[in-house]
Amino acid sequence: MSRFKLVLGALLGAAVAAGGAALAEELKVGFVYVGPIGDHGWTYRHDIGRQAIEKALGDKVKTSYVESVAEGQDAERVIRQLASSGHKLIFTTSFGYMNPTMKVAKRFPNVHFEHATGYKRDKNLSTYMARFYEGRYVAGRIAGAMTKSGTIGYIASFPIPEVVRGINAFTLALRSVNPTATVKVVWVNTWYDPGKEGDAAKALIDQGADVILQHTDSPGPLQVAEARGVWGFGQASDMRAFAPKAQLSAIIDNWDGYYVARAKATMDGTWDSRDTWGGFNTGMVEMAPYNERIPAEIVADAKATVAAISAGTLHPFQGPIKNQDGEVVVPAGKALDDGALLGMDWYVEGVQGKLPK
Amino acid sequence: MSDIGIFVSVVLTVISAATPLLFAATGELVAEKSGVLNLGVEGMMLVGAVTGFAVTTVSGSATLGIVCAALAAGGMALLFGFITLTLLANQVATGLALTLFGVGLSSVVGQSFVGTPVDALPKLAVPGLAAIPVLGPILFEHDALIYLSVIMVAAVAWFLYRTRAGLVLRAVGDSHEAAHAIGHPVIRVRYLAVLFGGAMAGLGGAFLSLSYTPMWGENMTAGRGWIALALVVFATWRPARVLLGAYLFGGVTILQLHAQGVGIEIPSQVLSMLPYLVTILVLVLISRDQAKVRLNAPACIGKVFHPST
Amino acid sequence: MLLRLESRRAPSVLLTWLTPVMAIAATLVTGAIIFAAMGHAPGQALYTFFILPINSGYGFTELLVKATPLALIALGLAIGFRSSVWNIGAEGQLTLGAVFGGGVAIFTHGSESIFILPLMMLAGVVGGMLWGAIPAYLKTRFNANEILVSLMLTYVATLALSALVHGPWKDPGGYNFPESVLFGDAALLPILVEGTRLHLGSLIALLLLVAGWFVLARTLLGFQVRVVGMAPMAASYAGFQQKRMVWIALLVSGALAGLAGVFEIAGPIGQLLPVVSPGYGFTAIIVAFLGRLHPLGILIAALILALSYLGGETAQIEMRLPQGITGVFQGMILFYLLASDVLIRYRLRLLAPAAESRS
Repeated sequence: MSRFKLVLGALLGAAVAAGGAALAEELKVGFVYVGPIGDHGWTYRHDIGRQAIEKALGDKVKTSYVESVAEGQDAERVIRQLASSGHKLIFTTSFGYMNPTMKVAKRFPNVHFEHATGYKRDKNLSTYMARFYEGRYVAGRIAGAMTKSGTIGYIASFPIPEVVRGINAFTLALRSVNPTATVKVVWVNTWYDPGKEGDAAKALIDQGADVILQHTDSPGPLQVAEARGVWGFGQASDMRAFAPKAQLSAIIDNWDGYYVARAKATMDGTWDSRDTWGGFNTGMVEMAPYNERIPAEIVADAKATVAAISAGTLHPFQGPIKNQDGEVVVPAGKALDDGALLGMDWYVEGVQGKLPK
Repeated sequence: MSDIGIFVSVVLTVISAATPLLFAATGELVAEKSGVLNLGVEGMMLVGAVTGFAVTTVSGSATLGIVCAALAAGGMALLFGFITLTLLANQVATGLALTLFGVGLSSVVGQSFVGTPVDALPKLAVPGLAAIPVLGPILFEHDALIYLSVIMVAAVAWFLYRTRAGLVLRAVGDSHEAAHAIGHPVIRVRYLAVLFGGAMAGLGGAFLSLSYTPMWGENMTAGRGWIALALVVFATWRPARVLLGAYLFGGVTILQLHAQGVGIEIPSQVLSMLPYLVTILVLVLISRDQAKVRLNAPACIGKVFHPST
Repeated sequence: MLLRLESRRAPSVLLTWLTPVMAIAATLVTGAIIFAAMGHAPGQALYTFFILPINSGYGFTELLVKATPLALIALGLAIGFRSSVWNIGAEGQLTLGAVFGGGVAIFTHGSESIFILPLMMLAGVVGGMLWGAIPAYLKTRFNANEILVSLMLTYVATLALSALVHGPWKDPGGYNFPESVLFGDAALLPILVEGTRLHLGSLIALLLLVAGWFVLARTLLGFQVRVVGMAPMAASYAGFQQKRMVWIALLVSGALAGLAGVFEIAGPIGQLLPVVSPGYGFTAIIVAFLGRLHPLGILIAALILALSYLGGETAQIEMRLPQGITGVFQGMILFYLLASDVLIRYRLRLLAPAAESRS
């Protein structure tokens, strides 16, 4: 069997080498995905970004990707394989790829690496992330105005700072409109299980929630909201098709602009190592079109909120902010800095239940 | 919502959470009763889910979608049957390979359907009965697949224990050599049982993509095929207990979500363990009577049969 | 019936050797057809899948790194499968091994003691055995089926690891992200080839395969395993023996899976993550049977499986083949290999029909 392969390999290897040399000098961009593209969530949006590079730069680029790369031993091998097969710009799109990306980056100083959601950087390793909490703040303003029961259901994936930050931003905005409203959180311990996410939505609605917010990937919860006649928000993509009546808006991940810019920068030699944490102002976070059933003044408020956050005149984590015990943790006149946001592990007042630690 | 309203709603949630498990487990039970262990349930469910969704979307007919889901997953089962029954390959490994195959195949087929919605199956209320308070909505106001899942359990129980064909199937599963010696067509019986198991897994998949969450997403079964396999063991190969197990598992899953919602201060991961731990606990309680378990467990499960001996 | 196997009454040595070659050939032909249908040059596609991943020294070491947990777990499972003990929960035993071993690394973080690594391995073995002991106890004491218990415990172990890494064991300097500290050098397996990830664990796994072969082929225990597997009724006359086999099978497979878990975190990963295995415990079941429950066969099967994963990655990178296609192709390779494998076994069965028909 091995001899057979060797013969085959020798024959084919020669052919491939001959073919490869003739290719033009295009920029090869590689992507490592944590889920399948068909998740219609996190990975799906990164792949839309990859396609944006191809659209913008045409035949000057060639992109490759590997789907569903587990965050264990596999990640380092895949990243290294991309680096050693001529990819000059590599995006690794999940937090668990941080250390593998770091290791491979040290070994390939001439390749540019971009790691999403992490905090370790190097000369040839940038990090990037979007301020999705800004979108959740806007969702909170809308939810506060739309809720009748004053109870919001929040379907959460895992207790990581990103998710906690979203819960808090949402709750602060919610209570800025509706000071007595509360948020019930259910952790489903998965990013993607349409059925279970939907079941969590049902449980929350049965407990009185009339607006559902999700930090999981599938349209399952929104479909439940649609069927039960309550409100919901889309995640990562505009999910209106799944819940035309129920979706108030959606918090959209938009990597297109960033990916195209970084590919261009690599091509013209201006790429530098940096930390990007982009919000509404960079286009990385967008609100989907607002539901027609939302009263005009609430839509106007949402749009004004987006504009104010974008302009920097409104900070979602502006003091005074109280924690669950009612203690003021951020005094009036101050706002939480990025360091505190990055590692957030406490709930603001208005969130029910204890944060699992 | 009133307390009774909440109760009804929770029961309905449990029923829909249990239905995909019920389909897949009932089908697998029949295959195992005939002596074939097919670990490819997850893969067959996914193929059923994507086929049901795709055909329904393209043709506009959910009925056709459901039929095709059963046929497509049945096709997967046929492949499994050919490799394990005709070519006598190891069933455990082939079943696992079938899951790899099915995950991949469903992903390829489903590529162009990601992000498109489909109408959920309509609810069919039984006239008159559905109006009964509490019991009406719980028993008589479901979509066709939910009714079918319960009917299938009853049908399988009746078939296995009340018909001659069922007796033959059990005989084949208990001792293929003896069954063969009396003249029963062992391989043909097993093919049929495996095909039935596949079709049922396909129906479970179709329920996911057409009713439970009417959408297609890669890997949307999220491990339900494995739970279905466990439920067959849990049920000690008795159809009524599959029903019990599926509703128990679904019930504990839903209850832990409710417990979180009301703010019980137990870490969510620990609550998420509950369905698995409860299943083990109940299994331990019902397994203590060794003789009874032996009586129901197909003795030839997973074993290769060739009639030439 | 399309095929009538009994027509080959006379066992042919030639065919015995030819069938795996035929399986490979069938795989290549079917693969070529699929790839051509997808618009790829079949020759290049097959090269990308099977040769490119391992045509460098580094690629070959990666193959070994990927195959190590598979072979190690499959070895343990094989002992159980031979004696008809169905441990489906090696994934959970691996996870608990990683929890125990990782716990040692985290609590000794900062120390340079040479005892840390051996202690981690020991802890991993204990963790895996503990997780194997539960189904063994419930099976022997309460007659609870080990398939269900071991499978359910996999979910429990995964959630436990997740809870620890999201909670008390997260890196104190890691902004509350869900991963442990990076292990110190004393908690990492030595690298065998500079510049690669080939670690001591691969060597240990190889030695254990040899030891496993010796035990199965040359010792009384190995004989008992075979007897219990082939003739459970005969063995049950002894009564205690079958229970003892359940314990041995689950403890040994748990121990090896736990060790594999430690090798993963002390080798290529280097820390604890919320999930440490992409399903090795399940894939290893295929490996065990593909390798005909024989240590040498397991080694070969683990390498084949590992290659199919690596090939899937290169095919995605080089040809933009969707991951789904690589899954379909992988499933097919296994179908062919399994089918051909049984053709051989079946030939052997004709020589001793009574004994083999129950295996």
